[in-house]
Amino acid sequence: MTETKITPASQGNDIAIEVKGMHKWYGEFHVLKDINLTIKRGERIIICGPSGCGKSTLIRCLNRLEEHQRGEIWVDGIELDDNLKHIEKIRKDIGMVFQQFNLFPHLTVLENCCLAPIWVLKKPRREAEETAMQYLERVKIPDQADKYPGQLSGGQQQRVAIARSLCMNPSIMLFDEPTSALDPEMIKEVLDVMVDLANEGMTMLCVTHEMGFAKTVADRVIFMDSGEIIEENDPESFFSNPQSDRTKLFLSQIL
Amino acid sequence: MNVHTPHPDLPPPATSVGVIGWMRKNLFSSPINSLLTLASLYLLFKYVPPVIRWALLDANWLGSTRDACTNDGACWVFIKVRFLQFMFGFYPPDQYWRVVTAFTIFGVLIAWLLIDKTPKKGWVAAFTILVYPFIAFILFYGGMGLPVVPTHKWGGLMLTLILATIGMFFALPFGIILALGRRSALPIPKMLSVMFIELWRGVPLITVLFMSSVMLPLFMPEDFRIDKLVRALIGISLFQSAYMAEVIRGGLQALPKGQQEAANALGLSYWQSMFLIILPQALKTVIPGIVNTFIELFKDTTLVLIIGLMDLLAIIQAAFTDTKWLGFSVEGYVFAGLIYWIFCFSMSQYSQHLERKLHTGHKR
Amino acid sequence: MSSHESSRHSAWWNNARYRALIFQALLICAVAGFFAYIGSNTIHNLEQRGITTGFAFLKQKAGFGITQHLIPYTENSTYGRTFVVGLLNTLLVSALGIVFATILGFIVGVARLSSNWLVSKLAGFYIETFRNLPLLLQIFFWYFAVLRALPSPRQSLHLGNSFFLNIRGVYLPRPIFEPGFGLVTAAIALAIVGSYLLYRWAKKRQEETGEQFPVFLTSTAMILFLPVIAYFIAGKPLQWEYPELHGFNFRGGITVIPELAALLVALSVYTASLIAEIVRSGILSVSHGQTEAAYALGLRPGKTLRLVIIPQAMRVIIPQMTSQYLNLVKNSSLATAIGYPDLVAVFAGTTLNQAGQAIEIIAMTMGVYLSISLLISMFMNWYNARSQLKER
Repeated sequence: MTETKITPASQGNDIAIEVKGMHKWYGEFHVLKDINLTIKRGERIIICGPSGCGKSTLIRCLNRLEEHQRGEIWVDGIELDDNLKHIEKIRKDIGMVFQQFNLFPHLTVLENCCLAPIWVLKKPRREAEETAMQYLERVKIPDQADKYPGQLSGGQQQRVAIARSLCMNPSIMLFDEPTSALDPEMIKEVLDVMVDLANEGMTMLCVTHEMGFAKTVADRVIFMDSGEIIEENDPESFFSNPQSDRTKLFLSQIL
Repeated sequence: MNVHTPHPDLPPPATSVGVIGWMRKNLFSSPINSLLTLASLYLLFKYVPPVIRWALLDANWLGSTRDACTNDGACWVFIKVRFLQFMFGFYPPDQYWRVVTAFTIFGVLIAWLLIDKTPKKGWVAAFTILVYPFIAFILFYGGMGLPVVPTHKWGGLMLTLILATIGMFFALPFGIILALGRRSALPIPKMLSVMFIELWRGVPLITVLFMSSVMLPLFMPEDFRIDKLVRALIGISLFQSAYMAEVIRGGLQALPKGQQEAANALGLSYWQSMFLIILPQALKTVIPGIVNTFIELFKDTTLVLIIGLMDLLAIIQAAFTDTKWLGFSVEGYVFAGLIYWIFCFSMSQYSQHLERKLHTGHKR
Repeated sequence: MSSHESSRHSAWWNNARYRALIFQALLICAVAGFFAYIGSNTIHNLEQRGITTGFAFLKQKAGFGITQHLIPYTENSTYGRTFVVGLLNTLLVSALGIVFATILGFIVGVARLSSNWLVSKLAGFYIETFRNLPLLLQIFFWYFAVLRALPSPRQSLHLGNSFFLNIRGVYLPRPIFEPGFGLVTAAIALAIVGSYLLYRWAKKRQEETGEQFPVFLTSTAMILFLPVIAYFIAGKPLQWEYPELHGFNFRGGITVIPELAALLVALSVYTASLIAEIVRSGILSVSHGQTEAAYALGLRPGKTLRLVIIPQAMRVIIPQMTSQYLNLVKNSSLATAIGYPDLVAVFAGTTLNQAGQAIEIIAMTMGVYLSISLLISMFMNWYNARSQLKER
């Protein structure tokens, strides 16, 4: 893990994501309580917390994989509601990387990356393939383009998943525990790709347990527990001087 | 240091839970869905009440002769009057206790083997395989002081259950042998197994029953008479063993190769590793598949009607020709359907329950 | 003594290779002996009963009528012809059954997955009812309980003057193709070829420019409208022969005997319930994460289904469906029970009773089904090999 600190986010006022008074229920279970969050363009946010605290649910609400029942979510100035046109626009600008990779097993790596640009962005195949190869080179596996996901290692699959999302040219990337399903020796290769992305100014929201990564890359660390945001701070202050007793408890368990 | 006071749990918004929320989400979530809901409700209201009226409200339940069926509804008296015949066929009524005893013992044995926590399963299994068949034979057929009831008197649900159970009883061990043969590294057993399995799986059961009815007597030495029921049983067992073999083969294939390797490393012989390590595990994982095969066999027993055995369906069908009770075929079929359905549905629910328990289903 | 020497002196009967060979040799002897025993018994018994062997009987006159024959057949036809008539009848009911069962099965399977609770439950009710009842019972129900309850020809249920339903069968108008109809056929062929070419052109266009074209709608319109236009241009070259009531019976048109109707309905409804389950479990077998990934990339539900879910589901669905198709063909043999003249009823039934040569007849019958089964197996193996998801 690189020791040099990443440059802080630009001080622009452009707001990428805004969440106001958001609540979500699963049936009777109140899973997200009064979430208020503002994310500026270029910010890198890490969300951590104990299992079941709702952190995955929170980021899945941001691209409507889950629906919220109360409050507002604004992405790129568009409100995220039942309006299908809004959802479409927002999903084009948010890329998501899953814990289980979710690559399409019946398509090659290259086809995985080209699918959405061709069918959603309506790009010609040649253009889509060029873009895909560029991103596959960035994640350092251009030689695997014609292989199938089943033929790749976990680390390679996750890097393909990142490339696939990047091919849609999003300005925001969501990561839902991207390294939790990987063998230890493969975690670094994926984290390196994510650090590169952060370096280039991508707005990133990452749910993770990798605290080393948080210290290196994050502008802000958010701690959640039982559906609420307990504390948020810059990494140094967060790790050395947690304000809440809950945060302190959590940190003592993982560090 | 702040002590965090947790946000209270609030109830969800009214329109998203409760009856209204449920209906909005499940019945009326889109224009097309609303249309479908209304169309379905219309169909239900149009066709369900007449059926209920026919089957229950207007039906005749009491009485013992045809005159008792006066209403427009179903004549369940017909079923009531012939119920015992449907259950036992032409078995002498004073000997019914033998059939009931035999089935009860069997039920207890099977329950013992299938329920998780019961002890001494090995002994029970050995008893079921080695001792019970003789007991059952004496009870059903006769001997040892009990009067003989020839097989052509056996019929109804009793015969259906006997066909299915005995068919299964022989199909299981034979199927295991075939499955092992098919997976064998030696070419001859493998070829013979494949040929046998593909032959019986590729032809309809009817042709197998015809074959065993008509051709078996030709295969045997001249004076050797084979009972009609035995012929059917041979056909059914051969047929079923091929399907069994495929189910068991699936279980053997799913077993990690490491099991056989560990057994070999411990120095166990082929048959030892089979009986002690491989088969117990493989069979356990395919119990749902075995139950499903049994359900298919249970439904297939109806085909013996075509070669003249009086199973449940055949005996109900025959009852339609009774001049005293003409015109009640619908009641007969509904009754038969109910019995088959209850058996098959219960068994399939059990099989699904097992699949869930053994985690052989699919993860979301 | 060195270990090398002692292994040379160990018993040859413990050597694994020899044991395997001896075991297989014994097995062959046992099987051959078994067949020899049966064979000699059979020959002896056949002699005793005066039954001839060989296939010469196929040239003898049959002497019985068959209620439905797709090729010309009279009582003077040979036993060999009864085989062909029966076989064609089997293929007819199987082919129609496969078509109906697939359509109905897909509809019910998709309904079962619907987010509409009522529709889903009704579909589930259908599936659980029909697949837990024996097929023979269902055939009997449709034939004896439903079709027998239909009115006599004079009081038929009818749709206008074209379709009649009564106890003697289903009566449909028969199309009579006049010379000009060739134009309509040509139009249909043209529309199909055109659709294929359109599909290729649109795909190429999309690869190059990225723009999408509504191929499905356009093709459907072509296939529907071109033949219709040709029909009118050619001066409506299609006449219909309507079934007409003469006395107590209908004449003309196409007659579907009640046996075929009952068998077809029962086979279709029963197999559809099994296909519905296959479709449902096939679609559910695709993990939910696939849908989520597709949505996250911006793909709409329709495209997600088409490009991501269905290709993966088909891998699971098609092998099981071909299995069910084979079962349907085998199940059509239940025709014997209600007198539909399929292969088993006609050949392994009536012909066997009359000619007496059980072994040849049953062998031929089983041979037909075995061939169909092997063909389908070969197809499945080919499909499975082709669609294997590549893994390391």
